[in-house]
Amino acid sequence: MASTEPFSPIANGRLPASAVASGTAQVVETTDVHLAAVNLRKSYRKGHLEIPVLRGVDLEVRRGEFLSIIGQSGSGKSTLLHLLATLDAPDTGEIYFQGNRIDNLEPAGRDVLRNRYFGMIFQFYHLLPELTTLENVLSPLMIGHGVWSYLRNRREMIRQATALIESVGLSHRLNHKPRELSGGEMQRAAIARALIANPVMLLADEPTGNLDGTTGEEIMQVLRSLNRDQNVTIVMVTHDDAIAGQADRVIKLREGRVELGG
Amino acid sequence: MYKLLLCWRYLRTRYIALASVISVTLGVATMIVVNSVMAGFSHEMMARMKGVISDVVFESHSLAGFQDADWHMREIRRLAGDDIAGMTPTVAIPAMLNFQVRGQWITRQVNFIGVDEKTCASASDFSGFLLHPANRQQANFELRDGGYGDSRPSTLDKQAPRKALIKAGWPYRREKAKYEQSLRVQRNAGRQAQSGASADPFARSAKSSESKDPFAIKAESAEQVFDPATEQHTGVIMGIALASYRDREGTDRFLVLPGDDVRLTFPTAATPPKAVSDVFTITDFYESKMSEYDSSFVFVPLRRLQELRGMIDPTTGVGSVTSLQIKLKEGVDASTFRDKLKAHFPPELYGVYTWQDKQGPLLAAVRMETAILNVLLFLIIAVAGFGILAIFFMIVVEKTRDIGILKSLGASRRGVLGIFLSYGLSLGVVGSGVGLVLGVLFVFYINEIADLLGRITGQPVFDPSVYYFQKIPTIIEPFTLVWIVAGAMMIAVMASILPARRAACLHPVEALRYE
Ligand SMILES: Nc1ncnc2c1ncn2[C@@H]1O[C@H](COP(=O)(O)OP(=O)(O)OP(=O)(O)O)[C@@H](O)[C@H]1O
Ligand SMILES: [Mg+2]
Repeated sequence: MASTEPFSPIANGRLPASAVASGTAQVVETTDVHLAAVNLRKSYRKGHLEIPVLRGVDLEVRRGEFLSIIGQSGSGKSTLLHLLATLDAPDTGEIYFQGNRIDNLEPAGRDVLRNRYFGMIFQFYHLLPELTTLENVLSPLMIGHGVWSYLRNRREMIRQATALIESVGLSHRLNHKPRELSGGEMQRAAIARALIANPVMLLADEPTGNLDGTTGEEIMQVLRSLNRDQNVTIVMVTHDDAIAGQADRVIKLREGRVELGG
Repeated sequence: MYKLLLCWRYLRTRYIALASVISVTLGVATMIVVNSVMAGFSHEMMARMKGVISDVVFESHSLAGFQDADWHMREIRRLAGDDIAGMTPTVAIPAMLNFQVRGQWITRQVNFIGVDEKTCASASDFSGFLLHPANRQQANFELRDGGYGDSRPSTLDKQAPRKALIKAGWPYRREKAKYEQSLRVQRNAGRQAQSGASADPFARSAKSSESKDPFAIKAESAEQVFDPATEQHTGVIMGIALASYRDREGTDRFLVLPGDDVRLTFPTAATPPKAVSDVFTITDFYESKMSEYDSSFVFVPLRRLQELRGMIDPTTGVGSVTSLQIKLKEGVDASTFRDKLKAHFPPELYGVYTWQDKQGPLLAAVRMETAILNVLLFLIIAVAGFGILAIFFMIVVEKTRDIGILKSLGASRRGVLGIFLSYGLSLGVVGSGVGLVLGVLFVFYINEIADLLGRITGQPVFDPSVYYFQKIPTIIEPFTLVWIVAGAMMIAVMASILPARRAACLHPVEALRYE
């Protein structure tokens, strides 16, 4: 539906570094950096009391990297992730995606960004209760396409979604509603949903937080193979050191800042 | 796409929202029923009025009328002959009607109208409202030999046959004459016996002086010549409600019948007018089913009325009339036709009216009534709109997190707005659709339903003695259906705008945090 691209050079999905370099927007650092945050600050107001959550976060995620962010509960991990996904706007600071600033994008641009470039996974799965597994997985495509273009390409999309659901091991639950699934199954469905639009970046907020150890491990395996085989950049938030340790790099959030030497 | 899917799923999983549109359904159904019945009534009424009154009436302001109807008709034809389907001259004046019921004189105030039998059929449906089948073919002021009791071939009326009318006509008149003759004989016999017994000189002299009067002799001989058993006076066609009343069972009781004589008293055309009076024989009844007309119209042949009122110029033999009834061709606009005539004829002398002008207040009253009912019923649907509003707010609150999820997946504000607007629209479609079906079904079976209700409550819902119809008339106008349904859907959509906007403006992060 929203055919306005957030930034002109990106046609669809991954693209060569040279294309990014030739982009019209300001280019920061090397072309290697996929997502960057510069001096992010965010505080919430409670009455006239201002609660600072992020006090100047600097962050760089390289292309194809699996980064995990750990920190205590309340340290602002979810807040940071929401800022990176442009679900919320920082008080000050800048966010760059593939060299283009995205924190000040128009709503339409953000919608496209979230729909096509980012995949999101949440601790509480956040599936839509009225839709079946298949429909939930298809929902980003439905959002991204108008009625006609969806109906025209429906067969191909359903094939894609079925393949994806199979790859996360859920093919026997295609037509089940979320409440008929276990936590692990729901998270797999959520991962399939996050991947259906072929995003270049996955933002995961405690994907294993609600699962037991073994199930969490399975989910981590899915994420790792995704990162390894399809070169998807992953930013994962967790408070579990063991889980975090499976990533390429771990940074620690503390008192609203990235702890040095993490 | 997701909008439609989610909207559909919300519809399927939230029957409480459907409950909120029941009031829309009921409102729509009631509006359809009310409008159909009102339209039916006013259509029936207008059809009757149109049959009674011709499209345009051209009339003189004075009771004396204007000279030479033929010249006026030629002039009108010259002005707008292409628009005219028919024209007939009439004389319409106020009059008093007297008739005797069981020895008591009853007086009624009437509209006395002289009609031209030859041309009246071309300008109005006058003959179509007569009781006798032969008169319906061609209006006639001759008393018939019977056959007045035949029921009329009308779709709306399955009237009980009027038994009293079966013997009406010549047989009735003969019988009555015979009876009165026998009464007179008895009375005369009694009087003669009395006068014979008393040798009163005054009585005798009075009688002798009477016979000496030449005029009295002439009058007496004329009366003797007139035999009510075989002869009639000039025919008169009376509005049926003047001659009858309807009892509680809905059957008509007649005070007089075709064959009876009545006396009419009316002003002459002279200035100042004098009252003249004459005896007429009822030859038929006029039943337009518009009580206003049926209880006031009395028709006689035009020529006879002109003679009696002195409206005929003794030198030329040309009569005056008070009005011309004009029937227009199909599709001709009566108002423009009226204005054309008005521009040509001096307004000080002539008035030109369309039938709507004449019946303006009645039509306006019906329109007003319909409008007020519609406003009230629409308010009911508007109240239903607030129910939808409340339930929608509940659903939006319940779906807060899902809205956050959709936004995190890239759904735009407009998309989220669209979900709830189309949800509201579909509720409106369902509500008004069901209402439409219910309403139309109700209208189709309204008479059966009225009967059933009457049987259950023991009180007839639709009393045919109050209205002139035996059944409830209804008309379903497609245009009315369209605007009622569209209005109801509009209200449903309007009621969903606020909640939908709220949903669209939800902050995605807050929505995601919402538990
Ligand atoms: N809307 C809000 N209003 C006020 N304070 C908020 C709001 N949202 C978050 N906070 C505060 O911001 C801080 C960071 O919240 P955040 O959800 O980012 O923590 P977190 O690191 O994700 O914690 P957890 O590990 O428990 O998920 C918390 O102290 C929280 O109370
Ligand atoms: Mg969190």
